[in-house]
Amino acid sequence: MTQHNTTVAASRHQRVYPPKPEAVYLLGTCLVDSFYPEAGMDAIALLQHAGIEVIFPQSQSCCGQPAYNSGYDEQARAVARTQLQAFAADIPVVVMMGSCAGMVHKEYPKLFAGQPEEAAAIALAARSYEFSEFMVNVLQLEQQLAQAEDQSPLTVALHTSCSARRGMGVAAEHKALVENLPGVQVVEPERVAECCGFGGTFAVKQGDISAAMAADKANAIAATGCQRLVSGDCGCLMNISGTLDRQERALPVQHLASLLYTRLNGNDPFQVGQKRSQQYNKKSGDKA
Amino acid sequence: MSQKIASDSMHINIEQLQQELNVEQREFNELQQRHFKVRAKMALENEALRKSFRGASDFLMGKRKAVFPDEGALSALRDRGEAIRQHSLANLPELLERLEKNLTANGVQVHWAETADEACTIIHDILTANNARTVVKGKSMVTEEIELNHFLEARGIECLESDMGEYLVQLAGETPSHIIMPAIHKNKAQIARLMHARAQTSDGSQVPYTEDVDELIGNARAILRDKFMRADAGISGVNMAVANTGTLCLVENEGNGRMTTTMPKLHIAVTGIEKVVEDFSHVPELLTLLTRSATGQKISTYFNMISGPKKAGELDGPEQVHLVLVDNGRSRIFSHPVLKPTLQCIRCGACMNHCPVYARVGGHAYGSTYPGPIGQVVTPQIAGLEKHGDMLSACSLNGACGEACPVRIPLPELIRELRAEAVSPQFTDAAAVSTATATAVQEVMGRGAKRTLGESLIWRGWALTHRFAPLYRIMTTAMTRGRGLFRSKAAAALLSPWTDSRSTPQPARRSLHELAKARGVAGQYQNNTADKRGDNA
Repeated sequence: MTQHNTTVAASRHQRVYPPKPEAVYLLGTCLVDSFYPEAGMDAIALLQHAGIEVIFPQSQSCCGQPAYNSGYDEQARAVARTQLQAFAADIPVVVMMGSCAGMVHKEYPKLFAGQPEEAAAIALAARSYEFSEFMVNVLQLEQQLAQAEDQSPLTVALHTSCSARRGMGVAAEHKALVENLPGVQVVEPERVAECCGFGGTFAVKQGDISAAMAADKANAIAATGCQRLVSGDCGCLMNISGTLDRQERALPVQHLASLLYTRLNGNDPFQVGQKRSQQYNKKSGDKA
Repeated sequence: MSQKIASDSMHINIEQLQQELNVEQREFNELQQRHFKVRAKMALENEALRKSFRGASDFLMGKRKAVFPDEGALSALRDRGEAIRQHSLANLPELLERLEKNLTANGVQVHWAETADEACTIIHDILTANNARTVVKGKSMVTEEIELNHFLEARGIECLESDMGEYLVQLAGETPSHIIMPAIHKNKAQIARLMHARAQTSDGSQVPYTEDVDELIGNARAILRDKFMRADAGISGVNMAVANTGTLCLVENEGNGRMTTTMPKLHIAVTGIEKVVEDFSHVPELLTLLTRSATGQKISTYFNMISGPKKAGELDGPEQVHLVLVDNGRSRIFSHPVLKPTLQCIRCGACMNHCPVYARVGGHAYGSTYPGPIGQVVTPQIAGLEKHGDMLSACSLNGACGEACPVRIPLPELIRELRAEAVSPQFTDAAAVSTATATAVQEVMGRGAKRTLGESLIWRGWALTHRFAPLYRIMTTAMTRGRGLFRSKAAAALLSPWTDSRSTPQPARRSLHELAKARGVAGQYQNNTADKRGDNA
């Protein structure tokens, strides 16, 4: 929660953060895996730059949220069990999206209540952190952005997902990271806290309502006149950018991790004009 | 058509207007019989309606925010509200008995109704025993829930809604679209037409056409005043029933609640069994949470505390006061370990004011007495998943409702839980549930009713590919290598609910799994630092 809250509000969400660990797991999430892999690579680079060993288990897949939110608990549990095994060691887990972080941190203990894996689920939940949450509360990255390579002026609309804002309570962390980037001006779209209409299977099951919500969000973001849309959740990014693209007013979009990494290292993909995934493909084999 | 009539108010053809309203009413009734998705689509295409709801949501969210300036204080108050409501539920059977005892001592006659039909019958019996033919009603959602007006009118008893919004909805032959603001879906011009075409003064004449708000309200007030004077009985809801003192609390803004409960000789209050609180000391906090959350008021214009019929020597008040305690599925909700918090609700409507789906489709799309998030939770439990399970998918689980709820009902969690109940492989016949005893945990009515072979197969296939790492990697490799196919028209057609308004998502050339592996990012954690990268070499 934000700093303005009194102790009562804070106590409900208070989380104790560990000192900087030697190693972390990266939970890439299935959406980042296939659609925004450069965001995962940028997060890995940021963590490695901070001197942390990053472990990316090849056996990870999806947190199980799509089935869970649709009410298919048994199928969600089967998939979640695979993640319990993939992230078994007692080190922190950095999760690339707010919604998946919420699933692991808040829902796994409920999903496995009364199951043999209950203790493991509770333990994994306790050491799982949303990306910006980890970057701010464990690494204090927001205080280390002054020396960013790329300080050129850039107007950014920040869309904090509902799961990051309300589920994980990390809207302030999102904001702190973007606002402290030199040269970056953050603009706030109208009704900033309103859902973009993604909602996983909601976008397909209630396509009309979802599209109406996405259109309103796209309008609000376009109205800011921003040069780029940034979010910590790729479902929202896909939804909003897909809508803007269809309306022929496409906007460059980035995961928060990519904005941070590329500003720090001066390799903005939208300025050098190459796709980040291509860049990573070319460099594959190089060490960071 | 309405615009034309409104702008040409001097030459209104009353018969034509009445015909138009009849057509609108028929269309409304037909639409209410259709599927949720059809109603939602119709609402989305209705520009005026969307504007009404968007405007109302923004206005009410702003009002609420203004009366809760301090987040910490709000959080503390919500903690109290939650604690009070949970205390009530933890002691519900005992508190209800205490309430009955103290109400009886105050001279209030208490009745228990297990079903909607039983509640209607009890109320009808009380009315006939007192030769009551005309009834004025204060605003009450539970009487909407049990469809009391319909029941009584079919038996020749006239029921007149006296809350301005309810009165308009009744005139239109519709149902409320919001639990606090029943006519929120109507704009000024629509109300002007409605009043002119259908409202009748006591001498049977039409009211003149006007779009002036004060005049419109003045006209309705004159009609209602007359009805208050003549009505044989008043029927009201209850916001809180205090067990320790036997007091019925009623919150309202128009004075119609006070008129309904004091002018006629007979007052019948109707409430769900969950509305009981133990002590009067619990009332102020719940009251302030209710009015601030509902309308952004620090307190409502009227707050009525009804503690019994007129006593000897008193000048006014009803000669008889009855309370009908309605169960109608609440015991079943009470017995459910996860869904029980449903009963914490104080019916403020903040969840619907903050819901981005409600703001776009409005209340009628839900096809239930209670719309919005609380409606999605209450209605399937009261009336069954078979009939009302479809509305559960109309939620993006964005959490805005849960964040606004003054008594911290975890609404998104309950919606998700009901989705699980709806697709449960164990089917529970609705009929079997409704007659079950109240002792053990009872299943949600119509459990498993929304499970389809197609969808369950999809999720089984999904689980298979995401459970086994090699299968998952084959799938993502196929997606990334075959990314060109995502540009095809076939892909767009297959993903049509998405691609109708959005471009088709493009998979990357290489998955993160591949990129990370190529980069030599360790796949397994080994506490021995010597060989951490072994699995990727």
